[in-house]
Amino acid sequence: MATTTEFVPPRSGRIDKKYNRVPGKKGNFEMVAWLFMRISGLFLVVLIFGHLITNLLVGDGINGLDFGFVAGKWADPLWQFWDLAMLWLAMLHGTNGVRTIINDYADKDRTRFWLKMVLYFATVVIVVLGTLVIFTFDPCIPGSPLEVCN
Amino acid sequence: MSTEAVEPASKIDLAAVGGGGGEIPQFDITLRVRRYNPEVSEEAEWEDFTLTMFGTDRVLDALHKVKWEHDGSLSFRRSCAHGICGSDAMRINGRNRLACKTLLKDLDTSKPITVEAIKGLPVEKDLIVDMEPFFQSYREIMPFLVSKGHEPSGERYQSPEDRERYDDTTKCILCAACTSSCPVFWTDGQYFGPAAIVNAHRFIFDSRDDAGDMRLEILNDKEGVWRCRTTFNCTEACPRGIQVTKAIAEVKQAVLARSM
Repeated sequence: MATTTEFVPPRSGRIDKKYNRVPGKKGNFEMVAWLFMRISGLFLVVLIFGHLITNLLVGDGINGLDFGFVAGKWADPLWQFWDLAMLWLAMLHGTNGVRTIINDYADKDRTRFWLKMVLYFATVVIVVLGTLVIFTFDPCIPGSPLEVCN
Repeated sequence: MSTEAVEPASKIDLAAVGGGGGEIPQFDITLRVRRYNPEVSEEAEWEDFTLTMFGTDRVLDALHKVKWEHDGSLSFRRSCAHGICGSDAMRINGRNRLACKTLLKDLDTSKPITVEAIKGLPVEKDLIVDMEPFFQSYREIMPFLVSKGHEPSGERYQSPEDRERYDDTTKCILCAACTSSCPVFWTDGQYFGPAAIVNAHRFIFDSRDDAGDMRLEILNDKEGVWRCRTTFNCTEACPRGIQVTKAIAEVKQAVLARSM
């Protein structure tokens, strides 16, 4: 009589190797990334339009935009926070977007890995540099025409 | 409830046949088939067949005519020939459809009609692909009823409202038109694909089933629902008119709700 054996899906032995799924790490990373894209997207709409309106439309509009205008904005903690939030959210949102594009279009794991390394490196450089500039910005460069510097 | 897309208007003028069973109009078509035979050549190539077909014929009839009257080596799958078995999904004029549900008169017959195997799965010969990777994903989501507790002595009752909840996804015939139309699946074949998610949806939202959590866990994988980019190719390709992208979105929300 036949003995009971473990259930083996029919013909699954001859499946082309490239279709075999490598068991992924447990966890919710992809879900959190998906959620982050939606939430950061909403915030970015407000942040970016706020940025565009204050810089380009209000007051002298685009004609009032110069070094002094930016220096004035960054003297205010609100705008420091605003620009910091915009920098971080836009960079992470964009990086995650490009990450999914790399995942979708690169078909070799090695290519995928190196493209993502370049992407992450670029992101870290820009985020660190941008954060540093926002917090350590000194309007009084040598020969500054600004009143506060004299 | 049918959500099937309306077929485009006929591109051939079929003269109104007056009264008693008149003649069926005939026209010539060029059928351009993607031929592949690994025993002869590693390269696939296009082959043209000029056929005289009737206004009532489908692409499947044209393929039959080729196989039976012109070239018996042409290989394709078909079984019921009436849009239910899901054997003859193929890429016709660049779109995934069932050859048995596509009338020739609805296509542009002034140009060659291209017929090729569905994309993303390994081609075995001509229009036949290896469906195994597709069924592998299907098996992984456990497409069967799992229930805990006591076996009822009679039927498992369900209210019409509860049945309505997953009605759309019960229509799937596993033809692979959706999965093989998905650009994410084309890349590396790792994505579970729309068909597996549709069939998971059918049980996740079934009030009699108790393994919804397990299925959601399986589809929370990095190759699961989150790889869907909502390009709607699957919804357009489905010969049964299933709102595939909507079903995937509902599974995404269920995974999210479960984790919160």
